[in-house]
Amino acid sequence: MVKIASTFGRSGTHDFVLLRAAAVVMAAYTIFLVVWFLCNPGFGYNEWITLYSHLSMKIFTLLTLTGLLIHGWIGIWQVLTDYVKKSLLRGVIQYIVVLALLVYWFTGLFVLWGI
Amino acid sequence: MKKLKFSIYRYNPDVDKKPRMQDYELEVEEGRDMMVLDALLALKEQDPTLSFRRSCREGVCGSDGFNINGKNGLGCITPISSLKGNTVVIRPLPGLPVVRDLIVDMTQFYKQYERIKPFLINDEKTPPSRERLQSQEDRAKLDGLYECILCACCSTSCPSFWWNPDKFVGPAGLLHAYRFLIDSRDTATEERLDELDDAFSVFRCHGIMNCVNVCPKGLNPTKAIGHIKSMLLSRAV
Ligand code: SF4
Ligand code: SF4
Ligand code: FES
Repeated sequence: MVKIASTFGRSGTHDFVLLRAAAVVMAAYTIFLVVWFLCNPGFGYNEWITLYSHLSMKIFTLLTLTGLLIHGWIGIWQVLTDYVKKSLLRGVIQYIVVLALLVYWFTGLFVLWGI
Repeated sequence: MKKLKFSIYRYNPDVDKKPRMQDYELEVEEGRDMMVLDALLALKEQDPTLSFRRSCREGVCGSDGFNINGKNGLGCITPISSLKGNTVVIRPLPGLPVVRDLIVDMTQFYKQYERIKPFLINDEKTPPSRERLQSQEDRAKLDGLYECILCACCSTSCPSFWWNPDKFVGPAGLLHAYRFLIDSRDTATEERLDELDDAFSVFRCHGIMNCVNVCPKGLNPTKAIGHIKSMLLSRAV
């Protein structure tokens, strides 16, 4: 068995499930937003703020950001281990991407908090 | 008589600084077809330094896997008439180190095969007094798996194997892994799955299906890999 420390999940199977579960949440969120845009043509600040002031919408958004974090973490790690063979460079890129993903997550949290 | 044109990868690490493509021509009777391997053998008469492996010349031994016009296949069962274009381009199987000309070093490929323990494991205390019998249904599960001749056409066409040949088992190895996972006489299913349950061995397969596209025996490693993934998943949830 190949042992690798920097995967997100506990095992390959775990990664596989997490990656797909995260994708489902993100897809659902996207579909929801597209439908909402279609149902609210010419919406403005008020409609937008009403939508995001619902607790369920805040949770949904935070879940999606968590999905993005997990999906990006595992996905980028997979791509990097395919194409970047120098482990130092790979580590640095992975670090930057994970930092960015965490920044998105916390930014999302604080923005939602403020609504 | 008509002339067939070939462009063949040549590399002898002892003398050449880098690989090159060499052009050859072969005169054949009008209307006569031949296999790529026959053509290579005729060209070797012209130029005895041209090197390649072959043995059975009928698609059984798996020695003569080449990259023919960009697609992996066995020279001995690939008719020239099936190829498009007027020059046949022959290169070694991609992704493996070249020993010389069309001969590649298959060590990495065999290591992955070895890793999946390609033999029946049975821990019954008393050895049976006769063969271990299988029902016809259980035996049928091995069809489409046992026929693999380890030619490496599939694994060397798989991008995941190119990038991680030391960690990803590759389609050929995984086809064999499933062949033993599904064998009703094998008792090491759990141990075998444990060995595969990391982020590389099986899960580096992204279902690109190059392997299915090239297998000269018409096998479907992607399907076998899908079954292994399901076994791993149903164990995890
Ligand atoms: S289906 Fe999987 S094993 Fe086959 S070529 Fe694609 S990645 Fe490789
Ligand atoms: S699965 Fe097919 S292509 Fe792959 S090694 Fe076996 S016979 Fe060759
Ligand atoms: S020479 Fe044996 S498979 Fe082609």
